[in-house]
Amino acid sequence: MTVSQDSDSRMAVSTWRRPPLIRDPRWRWALWIGLVVYLVLAFASIQVDWSRVMEGLGRGAAFISAFFQPDFVSRRDDIVGGILESLTMTVVSTVLGILLSVPFGLGAARNIAPWPVYGLCRGVIALSRTFQEVIIAILFVAMFGFGPLAGVVTLAFATIGFLAKLLAEDIEAIDWRQVEAVRATGAGWWQVMNHAVQPQVTPRLLGLSLYRLDINFRESAVIGIVGAGGIGATLNTAIDRYEYESAAAILLVIIAIVMATEYASSHARRYLQ
Amino acid sequence: MSDTAMLRLEGVQKRYGRDEPALIDIDLALPRGQVMALIGPSGAGKSTLIRCVNRLVEPTQGEIRLEGVALTRLHGAELRRARRSMAMIFQEYALVDRLTVMENVLSGRLGYVGFWRSFLRRYPSADIETALHMLDRVGMPHAMDKRADALSGGQRQRVGIARALLQSPSLLLVDEPTASLDPRTSRQIMRLIRELCVERGLAAIINIHDVALAERFADRIVGLRDGRIVFDGRPDTLTPSVLTTIYGEEEWSTEPEPADDADEGGVSPATPMAVHGGMS
Repeated sequence: MTVSQDSDSRMAVSTWRRPPLIRDPRWRWALWIGLVVYLVLAFASIQVDWSRVMEGLGRGAAFISAFFQPDFVSRRDDIVGGILESLTMTVVSTVLGILLSVPFGLGAARNIAPWPVYGLCRGVIALSRTFQEVIIAILFVAMFGFGPLAGVVTLAFATIGFLAKLLAEDIEAIDWRQVEAVRATGAGWWQVMNHAVQPQVTPRLLGLSLYRLDINFRESAVIGIVGAGGIGATLNTAIDRYEYESAAAILLVIIAIVMATEYASSHARRYLQ
Repeated sequence: MSDTAMLRLEGVQKRYGRDEPALIDIDLALPRGQVMALIGPSGAGKSTLIRCVNRLVEPTQGEIRLEGVALTRLHGAELRRARRSMAMIFQEYALVDRLTVMENVLSGRLGYVGFWRSFLRRYPSADIETALHMLDRVGMPHAMDKRADALSGGQRQRVGIARALLQSPSLLLVDEPTASLDPRTSRQIMRLIRELCVERGLAAIINIHDVALAERFADRIVGLRDGRIVFDGRPDTLTPSVLTTIYGEEEWSTEPEPADDADEGGVSPATPMAVHGGMS
């Protein structure tokens, strides 16, 4: 109100529209038309073999109906063995991953690490983040052979990409005054880490570690499919043999465990904050 | 003068990157036991000056001597040993929030104890006694095992003071101790700092915005403007015209907005963050 009263000279202007993101209308229209043309061509290029889809629908239905009659019994020993192996892989790889993530995380935090260390640690983290677990697993299966060792190494390496990166970012965001205060007492580097940095990042690090624990369990089921051991290997075998009832049982067990760890870890994280 | 001065700054200059220098040619001598207030508009270089003394900020030029030791030339363990005798008290207390009050106070001994002792929190019993005594002295005898972030502002500053004194310092570097406190608590904190300086014969440099508090609790006032010392004298010589020299004409008598503009323009127009970053 006050604005319109003050500016008498501009009283006549009574409409206003938000300025468009792209000012030039020719560009605006060209982009819209280009997008529509591309989408039409793209959809036209999808080749659907409808008879194959109909055939597959039946198979999918068989798979889904198997869920209503999961068979925990006939492959019981395989399922129990697979689950135990996956859980072992998960715990071992998470612990290893955390132990490796702490030094890499410290090294990748720009505010406490010197340049060469920073570059090296960021490099390792970037490498770990670039490749999806399955691709890393294929490499390690080739190196260590089939079985859970390849899986553990894969998950530990993937954990670095996740945990060390988030830890480093957390360290970069700490309250620097607390660090200054501890340094000002004449504390050494390790004392500063222990007294000023660690208290600020520990709750989140523990929370992220628990979160990573349930990610690693899920991933252990996936990388088993490429031969890295665990319940994934059992699941793969069941599907290959068209034993959908057993496959369904395995999936249900995985779902139950994921939900349980999810629930437990979110509970624990809330407590840690 | 040179015999009595415990802290001596000669030709100290600090320049952040390629900006205008934050401190220009600072010469200052602080006798033993003197409480000196450093006043001036924000961005004048007060924080930078005291941080150059304990080398949280590296001075670009000049020499700083404490008890004859050239602080500016120290490295590693020598620097850490020198830092023990100059304790710092911070604007927003800078306690480690997630540690207990006692851990915060005992961290004043970090320069004296080894890593494993501090890691396991196994401090010598003499240190623990001193810590308890100090908590008592600053009026926080019951807060020992509380987490630092559970305290009020005034209480945190008291813990901050106890931590500083646990270093058994001979010099206190105090950075805006009352900036986030209410007027009454501010006076109590300043009075406490003043009393402790007298009790223990400590010299202090106190950065402070509040001119009235500075006049009341300091032996000497130094005015800083745009990185230069523009006034140095006893509190009773601080006249309105001197204040105008320090704070500038308009900024002194009116609302804070124009003052802010002038400050930032004066010190580092390109990156005021470089001057304030992490300290204010």
